Amino acid sequence: MAHLATAPGARRRRARERLRVLGFLSPWLIGFTVFFGYPLIATVYFSFTRYNQIQPPSFVGLRNWTYVFTQMPLFGPALWNTLWLVVVMVALRVVFGLGTGLLVTKVKTGAGFFRTAFYLPYLAPPVAATVAFVFLLNPGTGPVNDALTALGVPAPDWWGDPHWAKPSLVLLSLWGIGDLMVIFLAALLDVPKERYEAAQLDGAGPVATFRYVTWPAITPVVMFAVVTGVVQTMQYYTQALVAGKLASGVSVGPGTPVQPGYPDHSTLTVTQLVYSLGFQHFNTGAACVLSLVLFAVAMAAASLLMRGRAGLLGAEDRP
Amino acid sequence: MQRLRHRSPLPSLVLLLTTAGLLLSGCARPAVGSAEDDPARPVTLRFWHGWSQRSEVAAVDAAIARFERRHPNIRVVTTGNVTDETVNQALRAGGGATPDVVSSFTTDNVGQYCSSGMWADLDPFLRKSGVDKAAVFPKPLLDYSSYRGTQCALPLLADAYGLYYNRDAFEKAGITRPPRTMSEFAEAARRLTRRSAGGSYEQLGFMPGFRFYENSPERLFAQWAPTWFDADGRSRLAREPSTKRFLSFQRGLVTALGGYGPLERHRTTFGEEMSSQNAFRTGKVAMLLDGEWRGRMLKEAGTDFRWGTAPLPVPDDQADAYGRGCLTGTVIGIAHSSRHQNAAWELVRFLTTDTDQVVAFANAIHNVPSTKAALASPALDADPAFRTFVGIAGDPHSVSVPPSANGGMYLIALRDFGYDSEAGRVPDLDRGLRRLDRRIDDDTRQTAG
Repeated sequence: MAHLATAPGARRRRARERLRVLGFLSPWLIGFTVFFGYPLIATVYFSFTRYNQIQPPSFVGLRNWTYVFTQMPLFGPALWNTLWLVVVMVALRVVFGLGTGLLVTKVKTGAGFFRTAFYLPYLAPPVAATVAFVFLLNPGTGPVNDALTALGVPAPDWWGDPHWAKPSLVLLSLWGIGDLMVIFLAALLDVPKERYEAAQLDGAGPVATFRYVTWPAITPVVMFAVVTGVVQTMQYYTQALVAGKLASGVSVGPGTPVQPGYPDHSTLTVTQLVYSLGFQHFNTGAACVLSLVLFAVAMAAASLLMRGRAGLLGAEDRP
Repeated sequence: MQRLRHRSPLPSLVLLLTTAGLLLSGCARPAVGSAEDDPARPVTLRFWHGWSQRSEVAAVDAAIARFERRHPNIRVVTTGNVTDETVNQALRAGGGATPDVVSSFTTDNVGQYCSSGMWADLDPFLRKSGVDKAAVFPKPLLDYSSYRGTQCALPLLADAYGLYYNRDAFEKAGITRPPRTMSEFAEAARRLTRRSAGGSYEQLGFMPGFRFYENSPERLFAQWAPTWFDADGRSRLAREPSTKRFLSFQRGLVTALGGYGPLERHRTTFGEEMSSQNAFRTGKVAMLLDGEWRGRMLKEAGTDFRWGTAPLPVPDDQADAYGRGCLTGTVIGIAHSSRHQNAAWELVRFLTTDTDQVVAFANAIHNVPSTKAALASPALDADPAFRTFVGIAGDPHSVSVPPSANGGMYLIALRDFGYDSEAGRVPDLDRGLRRLDRRIDDDTRQTAG
């Protein structure tokens, strides 16, 4: 009987509780709905339509999907380049960032100088940094090739040879490694000193110390760097576009559509194709298909890396 | 005991999808303009254009001042340095501050503007004003500013492509006049090319690479006057006999001048096209395919040699068409979303058809005028180098690149193919051209249905 008597009051309390929770959640919910949920639904919807952003969209079934997967010659190279950059650039950036971080922790004098020196390039605007790299690595007039030639080393055609264009972009990204170095530096300095002392007492060498002390402690940070690196590299756009455009030397008037990806589509990424299709040619449907493919690949990669959340937990946090 | 109620997720899902559908369809409907306004009433127009140099902006402002004196009820607010992408995105997104009158530096996108309805059809306005467009504008210019019978743009000055040549280098090589046929051109390029003992170039007769400055394939291809599309709008490059001749000629020139690799490597030593390190100005190349604007730039920057201008050579079997060139230019139109289309037309009409205005603007911007009357005007800049390009613009054999519903995508496809062809990566041209046609048709179908 008591249960029945208090039921309406309990329901009201629960309703108030729910409203309160909803109130606290609302900023996130609104943001999620407006900036993620709605655009995602819209992207799926437009991928099945012909829509030039002027006339109303018309349903075309799987036509955009067929076009992208079977008739669009640039989709394959763009996807391949993006995946290549994801694998090579992310891996090398993590290794180089970690290596730089380790190096800086070992420096006894002038550590502040080296931290600043390694971090500064990251602050350079991407376009300016890319322009500088295209100039430095210019095979005809660049100082890097002049130096290599003077040393008798074969000078590659950095931006003009399709085999060297992506590695050149990787070099550019390694030059701006400051962001990862700072993250790794913080993680490395956070490893309890007692563990190193214990390892030293146990007679562990540098490799064993890194393997059994440093690595387990910094794994979550490494995983964070990998996951965010994968997602960011999936969206790689500015540097590839600027480098390709500048190195090609192609001169077109304002408004004239240009196919990015010089040389021979080797720097073409999926995001460049999305922009080109969606905002230069107004082929919204096909651009949406590409965006969804990119989304699916990014989700799959992130899920794989974070499966069971194991990667983001430190050794001592795991159940 | 309270019974647990299992709610079906279906109603929520239906509600969500319906809401999303309504929102999506709402977002997908752009603003609609009107041509019901009275152009005699006070109104403010927004005019977006691409000119950005101080002298160019001053020329636009002077033109607007002339217009406002003639139409005191119309005030024009101009925005310069606007690219097609910005205009496109603004018109497609809609909003209160979108332009009424728009212009584009390229004719590549006219097909897209006309077929999508983004730029209003100007034929009703032309008829209403009694303007006979065929009598006012040269045919190639009308061709590149319309698409399948819809005249959604009008030419606002034109660009003509011709040949700049180093007269001193010609004299030194014993060449007495600029080449008129492709055979003469190839021979002159070969004779003008000087290489050092180490193989590097001291002077290149002509840089044939498609990525060099203004050498985009369609501009040289225009000298063959090809027919790009058939009556059904399908690409016919594989069926067009001149496509193979053009590509073979260019590939032959690449080979004769040293090969693709050395030429591309040499190209990386050239300065930026619009800078004082332009390869023609610095004497690195002796012949240059370029537009009429280069003449003024060369005069202002100065050169260590004498130079001249001439029409580009034509194929040997079309020698009587010498004088021909590829024509393109700036186009102007009225935004579909403008609510002052009649007033906007007054501005478009003034800028494009008033002879004094067109001549004054052409002299100020140093572009070729875009009306027949202005081309014949004695008030036009008398500089002989400039007059070469005026002659090309008025030549009956001159051609333009046709507009397409998918904008410049077919030109991008041709450029891609040209890059492969010049590098020797197309072993079978016929097969390659058939694939190119398929790619262009696929792209067109995808955009236009």
